[in-house]
Amino acid sequence: MALIELKGIERVFQLGDSTVHALTALNLSIGTGEYVAVMGPSGSGKSTLLNLLGLLDRPSAGSYQLEDRDVTTLSPDEQAQVRSQRIGFVFQSFHLVPRLTAAENIALPMMLAGIPSRERNSRVERALADFGLEQRADHRPDQLSGGQRQRVAIARATIMQPALILADEPTGNLDRHTGDEVVHLLEALNASGVTLVVVTHDPALGARAKRQLVMEDGSLKQDSAHAPG
Amino acid sequence: MRLADTLRFARDAATSYPMRTTLSVLAMSIGVAAVVILTALGDGARRYVVSQFSSLGTNLVIVLPGRSGTGGFNPANAITSTPRDLSIDDAASLLRAPAVKRLAPLAVGTSEISFGGRLREVMVAGSTSDFIPLRNFELAQGQGLPEEDWNRGSSVAVIGAKIREEMFGNGPAVGQLIRVGDRRLRVVGVLKSLGQGLGMNTDELVIVPVALAQAMFNSNTLFRILVEAKSREAIPEAKEQVMNILKQRHRGEEDVTVITQDAVLATFDKLLGALTLGVAGIAAISLAVAGILVMNVMLVAVTQRTGEIGLLKALGATARTIRLAFLAEAAMLSTVGALVGYLLGQLGAFALRQAFPVFPAYPPDWAVIAGLGTALGTGLLFGVMPARRATRLDPVQALMRH
Repeated sequence: MALIELKGIERVFQLGDSTVHALTALNLSIGTGEYVAVMGPSGSGKSTLLNLLGLLDRPSAGSYQLEDRDVTTLSPDEQAQVRSQRIGFVFQSFHLVPRLTAAENIALPMMLAGIPSRERNSRVERALADFGLEQRADHRPDQLSGGQRQRVAIARATIMQPALILADEPTGNLDRHTGDEVVHLLEALNASGVTLVVVTHDPALGARAKRQLVMEDGSLKQDSAHAPG
Repeated sequence: MRLADTLRFARDAATSYPMRTTLSVLAMSIGVAAVVILTALGDGARRYVVSQFSSLGTNLVIVLPGRSGTGGFNPANAITSTPRDLSIDDAASLLRAPAVKRLAPLAVGTSEISFGGRLREVMVAGSTSDFIPLRNFELAQGQGLPEEDWNRGSSVAVIGAKIREEMFGNGPAVGQLIRVGDRRLRVVGVLKSLGQGLGMNTDELVIVPVALAQAMFNSNTLFRILVEAKSREAIPEAKEQVMNILKQRHRGEEDVTVITQDAVLATFDKLLGALTLGVAGIAAISLAVAGILVMNVMLVAVTQRTGEIGLLKALGATARTIRLAFLAEAAMLSTVGALVGYLLGQLGAFALRQAFPVFPAYPPDWAVIAGLGTALGTGLLFGVMPARRATRLDPVQALMRH
């Protein structure tokens, strides 16, 4: 079953007088539990694709079906609901809320979803244990190392048990060793059934994925799933 | 998001930017404190004047020599240019008026008082036995002026509290002989200290029989006649009767002015009420300024936290959730500001009352309620706009600014 079904997606930006086609005639299908790397040079449209997949952006044309539901026609609040329940984000620069502790950052999506605090606490505790952050629960982001921050961010992305995790250069701000740790974490999540889409510049990281998409000038140049041979 | 979580989130957001929060709370509290203190001042002035006028006596009708109002042409005015003086007999004749309860003629002047080598200048009031009860004065020692023929002044005096202290120190005053001007007078009573009032300071006053005062100042005119009407309702009646009697006695000339305490009081009350309103208006402007400041602070907050808003959206926050969070923050800032301002204002009013004990600087209830209400209202109103702005931010663009 396809988790994600993109048909004829266009994304056009208006920059002054010129129109920029960030995505053109994009068709893509990603199945449940896949591990996909999106690669390509800067400006090839891979971040735009990720934003569209995460419902942070709307396509100019085309349809996007997530779990057999057309999500492009949803209202902003319905889209927020989908983001809350089905999608987890991992960003290059972590995007933790600086004034909140690690535990509070992890609990944030649950708080926004209105989950009672007792359940939040037990789930956060489990997540802290799973990600080896028990000692860091009350530390704020500026008291954590880069690797720890990204682990908090991944814990936050998975706390609502989403079907899809979107990672935008998750190792971009980390050294190779901690980067590897983070990648292993993400891969472990993928192994447990979560669909993982990683946008990266790093060919080594891209090569680890089971399926590679290479983008250029807003369209798919190469898809290893349909690669000749 | 649950209400408790929204509130906690807003509180944490507010406390994590201490500078910004302090500034907006300060702005709001200064606005509210200004309302409280300024209206306390205005209303205090009104109450002070009203109470001072009331302490002049109750149901008073005051007769002044001379005509201060403009009347129609009267042939009598054309003949006599100078107004007739008020005399003791004029005053005595007013006792005939049925609406008059009692009255006191008043002649004033300054003179010197001496006792045991000590000498000072004093204000001398010549009147009758009814003067002290009519003016609501109280005696600390001894008794008031004797009941006697108004034209025959016995050589006695009632002195103010400060005069007693300066002349006699801790020694006995009642029964002592003092010299006032060229007369030797026996002290029969001492007034209770009242402090500074409108008109004359009773603490530094010497009261003598009216005939004696006229003799001392070598004149036979009166400064005022103080008339007390039988009741509040009888005041206009008393005024008319007094006017008629004096007109008769002065051969048809209306050469006196009769004013009622109520009329004076009402005028002052109106004037000072307008003053309080004006002051409240100024304070309201400062409140509006404070509201705009809170709006600016919230706008800065939205701009500063653009990335955070984008993140919250990415994490599944609905527009309503974000709007509520910012609104809650604005509400907290203005509530805390309003409360701090209220306390500051009350403290300021308290300090005023401590510094000037006679001045009743209490903020009126309507001003406090209006001040707090306006603070919360403007805080929320001006919090809505930034909150809406926060909601409309595009999540992608917001995230990129993180």
